[in-house]
Amino acid sequence: MTNAVVVEGLVKRFGENTALGGVDLTVSEGTVLGLLGPNGAGKTTVVRILSTLLLPDAGRAEVNGLDVVSQADQVRATIGLTGQYAAVDEYLTGRENLEMVGRLYRLGKREARSRAGQLLERFELTDAANRPAKTYSGGMRRRLDIAASLIARPRVLFLDEPTTGLDPRSRLGMWEFIGDLVSDGTTILLTTQYLEEADRLADRMVVIDKGEVIARGTADELKAQVGGERLELTVASAEQLADVAEALGPLAQGELQRDHQSRRLSLPVTGGTDTLAEALRRLAGVRADVLDIGLRRPDLDDVFLTLTGHAAEEKAMDDESRPTAPATAGAQS
Amino acid sequence: MTTLAETLSDSAVITRRNLIKVKRVPDLIVFATLSPIMFVLLFRFVFGGAINVPGNVSYAEFLLPGIFTQTVIFGSTITGSSIAEDLQKGLIDRFRSLPMSRSAVLIGRTVADLGLNALSIAVMALTGLVVGWRIHSSVGEAIVGFLLLLVFSYSISWLMALVGLTVRTPEVVNNASFIVIFPITFVASTFVPLETFPTVLRTFAEWNPVSTVAQSARELFGNIPAGVPEPDVWSLQHPLAYSLLWAALILAVFVPLSVRKYLRTASR
Repeated sequence: MTNAVVVEGLVKRFGENTALGGVDLTVSEGTVLGLLGPNGAGKTTVVRILSTLLLPDAGRAEVNGLDVVSQADQVRATIGLTGQYAAVDEYLTGRENLEMVGRLYRLGKREARSRAGQLLERFELTDAANRPAKTYSGGMRRRLDIAASLIARPRVLFLDEPTTGLDPRSRLGMWEFIGDLVSDGTTILLTTQYLEEADRLADRMVVIDKGEVIARGTADELKAQVGGERLELTVASAEQLADVAEALGPLAQGELQRDHQSRRLSLPVTGGTDTLAEALRRLAGVRADVLDIGLRRPDLDDVFLTLTGHAAEEKAMDDESRPTAPATAGAQS
Repeated sequence: MTTLAETLSDSAVITRRNLIKVKRVPDLIVFATLSPIMFVLLFRFVFGGAINVPGNVSYAEFLLPGIFTQTVIFGSTITGSSIAEDLQKGLIDRFRSLPMSRSAVLIGRTVADLGLNALSIAVMALTGLVVGWRIHSSVGEAIVGFLLLLVFSYSISWLMALVGLTVRTPEVVNNASFIVIFPITFVASTFVPLETFPTVLRTFAEWNPVSTVAQSARELFGNIPAGVPEPDVWSLQHPLAYSLLWAALILAVFVPLSVRKYLRTASR
């Protein structure tokens, strides 16, 4: 397979601050690469360089075989960019926005109009097509923004945090739209701080932190780095953690983690439900109130924690903006 | 590379986009039409009685070309705040990621604002006719007068484009331009004759292109009656040439600077 995007040794500095410290990555044609990292990791800087908005300080980047610095004009004709903030003109209607962008991609008048119509339909904006974008909800604006970047059928699409700030329902809808694009064969580079999003949409992932690539691979490969399943339980008070840890210690296949603040205990295990049953049997002899217990397969949060020593997202800000994630429900009771 | 035809076509698309906004945002129309009417009426009736213009000329005749000049210059500040707004909302990023002409966003912006200024002038001229201003010259001269106002304001738009791309916040652009443009348009022969100015201020005002644009407009509309003494500085003796020279100079400096800045500007 040929690579639609090739990035080698990309460096970008803003004054004293090194935003990218030599990033390498490739995206095969027709696949989705998830570029993961917390805020400020450098994800947006990568996208801005690839979409010709910023010049790199060192290194090389190619999109569709074209150099993003020396062949910037040709690169622009073959890409679509959806930035972090929906860049739609709020005074224009949805249709006018799309036709304008179509004309600026040098489509003929008639083609711009027919493409706009198709995309409005595809992104379920036909009813709102003739209203100024100012009246659109956040989800509708994002859809319009993505539709605009698709108007000239780009071969590579950059989506910079396409669901940040959307409510859970709009986010699920957006995932479906992006999923459809993928099945059309569009190559996508997607940045996100939502691990679940990358897990769901991306074929391969590159995890960056502080401008450096810290891991890459498929979701399964990344999860394998953290190890297999874990047994997790929560007790009523932190003092009980010690007794519980002692009782379950022999079952652990590695380091046992305890967190006093959340009163949780987590240990890598093997053996699936047999081990769970064994754990329950052992706990019967311990004076502790177990609030919940379950087997959990690792998710990308674990990957992040293991790789960087800090969580992918700030938990405090998390509750409203995170996708609803039933993924870890597993055997929890 | 983009051809001239492509640049024109892209610029037309952007101009259209900006004019649609004018149609949908009443504030802009109000700014472009009502505030000039207000200025004409205020100056005509509040200051009109107190200000004596040398020669046998009504204040309305003297005032209107001055108000035209000041209003189009203020009108051009919209270029700066609109570009700052586009930058803030990520639209400049979008445009910069498109295979469009590199100068079209700025050309489309300045041309749309030129249209808005033309509308302002039309409204002011009509209001002026109501309060006693008249054109005494030929149609040709009057057209040259209006064109001069538009050309000069167009050059100011390009200066404001650079300000907008540099400052990046619409409110700051407005405040900053107010602080600079207010004195520049008042320390000039826009509203009062220069004879009463203290020496230093008077020298500045005599060479201030705002004075010469107003002076030239007065000449071209025939608002300077016979008998008014001839000014004794070169700038005011040749106001049309001097004003056009300034417009050309401003364009020669700020068109390339603004386009260069645009190419290197990414939001945040």
